[in-house]
Amino acid sequence: MGILEVKGVNKRFGGLQALGDVNLSVAERTVHAIIGPNGAGKSTLLNCLVGKLIPDSGSVMFDGKSVLGRKPHEINQMGISRVFQTPEIFADLTVLENVMIPCFARRDGAFRMHALRSVRSEGGIRDQAEAMLADVSMLEKAGAHAGSLSRGDKRRLEMAMCLVQEPKLLLLDEPTAGMARADTNNTIDLLKEIKDKRPITMCIIEHDMHVVFSLAERITVLAQGTPLIEDTPDNIKGHPKVREAYLGEAQV
Amino acid sequence: MDAFLLQILNGLDKGSAYALIALGLTLIFGTLGVVNFAHGALFMIGAFCAVTLNAILGLSHQVTDPERTDFLGNPLQVDVPYVYDIFGESAGAWILDWSVPLAILLAIPVMLVIGIVMERGLIRHFYKRPHADQILVTFGLAIVLQEIIKAFYGANPIPTPAPDALRGSVDFGAWLGLQAGSVIYPVWRLVYFFFAGIIIAGVFAFLQFTTFGMVVRAGMADRETVGLLGIDIDRRFTLMFGLAAIVAGLAGVMYTPILSPNYHMGMDFLVLSFVVVVVGGMGSLPGAVAAGFLLGILQSFASMNAVKSLLPGIDQIIIYLVAIVILLTRPRGLLGRKGVMEE
Amino acid sequence: MLGLHGRDLTLFLVVTALVVFAPVILNPFPIGSSLAQFNAGYPDLMQRFVIYGIFAIGFNILFGLTGYLSFGHAAFLGLGSYAAVWMFKLLSMNVIPALILSTVVAGLFALVIGFISLRRSGIYFSILTLAFAQMMYALAYSVLTPITNGETGLQLALDDPRILDGGERPTSLPVTDLFGLEMRETTVLHMGSWEFTIGAGYYFAGILMLIAFYLSIRIFRSPFGMMLRAVKSNQNRMNYTGLNTRPYTLAAFVISGMYAGLAGGLLAAMDPLAGAERMQWTASGEVVLMTILGGAGTLLGPVLGAGLIKYFENIFSKINDGVLHAWFGAVPDGMEDVLVTVFHPFVGKGWHLTLGLMFMAVVIFLPGGLVEGGTRIGRLFRRRGRNAGGAEAEAAAKHPAE
Repeated sequence: MGILEVKGVNKRFGGLQALGDVNLSVAERTVHAIIGPNGAGKSTLLNCLVGKLIPDSGSVMFDGKSVLGRKPHEINQMGISRVFQTPEIFADLTVLENVMIPCFARRDGAFRMHALRSVRSEGGIRDQAEAMLADVSMLEKAGAHAGSLSRGDKRRLEMAMCLVQEPKLLLLDEPTAGMARADTNNTIDLLKEIKDKRPITMCIIEHDMHVVFSLAERITVLAQGTPLIEDTPDNIKGHPKVREAYLGEAQV
Repeated sequence: MDAFLLQILNGLDKGSAYALIALGLTLIFGTLGVVNFAHGALFMIGAFCAVTLNAILGLSHQVTDPERTDFLGNPLQVDVPYVYDIFGESAGAWILDWSVPLAILLAIPVMLVIGIVMERGLIRHFYKRPHADQILVTFGLAIVLQEIIKAFYGANPIPTPAPDALRGSVDFGAWLGLQAGSVIYPVWRLVYFFFAGIIIAGVFAFLQFTTFGMVVRAGMADRETVGLLGIDIDRRFTLMFGLAAIVAGLAGVMYTPILSPNYHMGMDFLVLSFVVVVVGGMGSLPGAVAAGFLLGILQSFASMNAVKSLLPGIDQIIIYLVAIVILLTRPRGLLGRKGVMEE
Repeated sequence: MLGLHGRDLTLFLVVTALVVFAPVILNPFPIGSSLAQFNAGYPDLMQRFVIYGIFAIGFNILFGLTGYLSFGHAAFLGLGSYAAVWMFKLLSMNVIPALILSTVVAGLFALVIGFISLRRSGIYFSILTLAFAQMMYALAYSVLTPITNGETGLQLALDDPRILDGGERPTSLPVTDLFGLEMRETTVLHMGSWEFTIGAGYYFAGILMLIAFYLSIRIFRSPFGMMLRAVKSNQNRMNYTGLNTRPYTLAAFVISGMYAGLAGGLLAAMDPLAGAERMQWTASGEVVLMTILGGAGTLLGPVLGAGLIKYFENIFSKINDGVLHAWFGAVPDGMEDVLVTVFHPFVGKGWHLTLGLMFMAVVIFLPGGLVEGGTRIGRLFRRRGRNAGGAEAEAAAKHPAE
């Protein structure tokens, strides 16, 4: 029984069957990649997991509980964090504040009105955020405006914001999209480090095969909204069906 | 049936004004993506074009009329407008009488210039700024424009009458074979309605059948792609702003006989016109026009005594109530596209 | 001290000092001098400074922190005034119950209106708040006349019950008080040719403004305030960080509504009269002007903006041609007339024109308002001061102050 169990999920947009009978099981503490050509339904599937979209039918169980019908913030509080294709951070706040906010969310829940307590008196939260920033080697930038960071640093910051919540499942939506080779490699290293250091499960949607094969332990190939095959990276590489459906267009 | 017809007619003149202002607002929003709080001021300036022309035509010099005397027996001093000297007495009198419709000729170039100057001088720099900034700066501009008008024309409304021939009322009921006297309607309001219809049809035809209009429509749908085609979309959008200003201005010119212009009439109409735009759907031209007439007529129905006795005060709030309901149940408005301006 | 630190504490102490010494500071010109008409240190005007200061401080908690631009906040101001006057009529001329009721009533209405309006964002939110306020304005003018007294406005009457003030029917209209201290009570201090008026009402309102200001500093520096800034910055990230944005924005909306209600109640406490025009959208526009002009999202900005606009409204508007002629009396006659003609449209009745131009200039060139302007000037001086080792100033310039 995996930590994330997707069973028979269907989603239609008008006449388009975006997801057809998707089954997926992500085992705890593994890195599971979902790959597939453009329009295969990867993003739709991800959006169904985090509550942005609601499937027409099927079930999505996380940690033994259904996530269907819950709002994104409720699903996050269950232990699922998400990294976006373009980093979503609080650009108007400082780097430290960016990391403190998820710390507050973890401690105080979805809403808590600490309107008269000073942020200065929140030493615990501050320490936690600073430790996290040190972990991703961004501590020296703690006071900087998050909006002024480089793209690579924004990605790092977003990861830190997700990790500081100690999620059970981290969803990554093309974390290296549009990155230069060097930045991509940095990101791979960062993710490897995270995987080694923390008891975390990761589900990664990726276009870049280099990233997928350096990280993933299991791979699911989606095509036209349906899982084509699920296997280990080595088996996927050689699979004729996959080559035909997908790898033909992007040589490994 | 008579009462029903009367209410529809009563709603038409306000509805026409709403539709015209909302049409201009939507043209600007759809093409430039700018929320223009100064649009009401353009309506007001149009109205004051009529006032200005009326004042200019009324300029006169005193002549001594030897044949007539005042009560002291002195020769009578009469004011003779200069137009009488230029065009002769009968043609001059006609021009003076028809000053409001003639003001259209003045308003077109004036509004075009004001619109272009506004776009080039101010709005252009706000394309990339947040909508809140656009609202604020055009709000400031609206204050400035109305204060300038106030400085020149004072704070009191200035009556500007319609031509003699178009004053008075028609027995609309008799035309339609209903009981005579049952549906009496002022002629000028009918004129205003037809005028609005012509302007709206003109704008739509312009957008539909000219190359210019085609490019603008394409730009409204997808600005970047049109830009990529190497079409100078910016200059066209500037002209579009001028066109929207003309539409607002003409709406103002022709409205003067219905409401004596004052410096704050623009703001009064703007607030409602924004509601109209939102109800019609941000960025939808047919939506703006339809919602304008719809809300005008709805307001007139809510003013019926039968309705008011059932729901006191409903005539005052009906438009806002409709806006709230529409915004909550169908945020894109009646005919709008999804997702416009959601953030 | 007081849970404030560093610059916040300094700021609060400076504002406190300004409020305490305002009757002196705002009366710099000796009576009888030609400039005496620019003295703003009379209680009636100073009261308005601090009361509108409260209004703007509250508005800033919503707009400055969350970015939600309400165009209907005047509705809460008007509600506060009506509630207060009703308390004066029914219960007592003491201002305390009146102010409590006006704050509570405004808060309840803000809860309902905010709950509905906050379902939308951006311009749709602005239009929704505008629509609610205009509806309330229209109703106050028409069908609610039994409660609001329509166009005339709600006033005190001799035969009001005032159950807590004893049964005796007064022979003249009673005045508002704070446990016996009349709000209109004033003491005039004479110092040479200067004259300073100390008003009870002003100091009462001033203390409330200081409390309001203090609370707003605390909110700005709290985790709650940080969340509100995060809402403005990125709601999507908020949701995917496990935070529910709706209660945060609603809380900010209700707080700012209560500030507006308190301000409205205070207006009535100083002059027991409530009219519908206080709810009109132009009044909502005014508080937007104040906040932006001073600097939205800054602590001091709204107070500054409120003071400036009320000063303009009351003092700048008094400059007429006579005053202008007196000013330019020194220059040759021809020049004098030209100068007077040039300045004429901007002063006196035309003060709105100056206000509009100033407002546009601020939105175009100084999106952070006058406070940002001050910061920029200060930075300029500092940089010039330590031109040699200016690395730190350079760094500061790269990250504009929040």
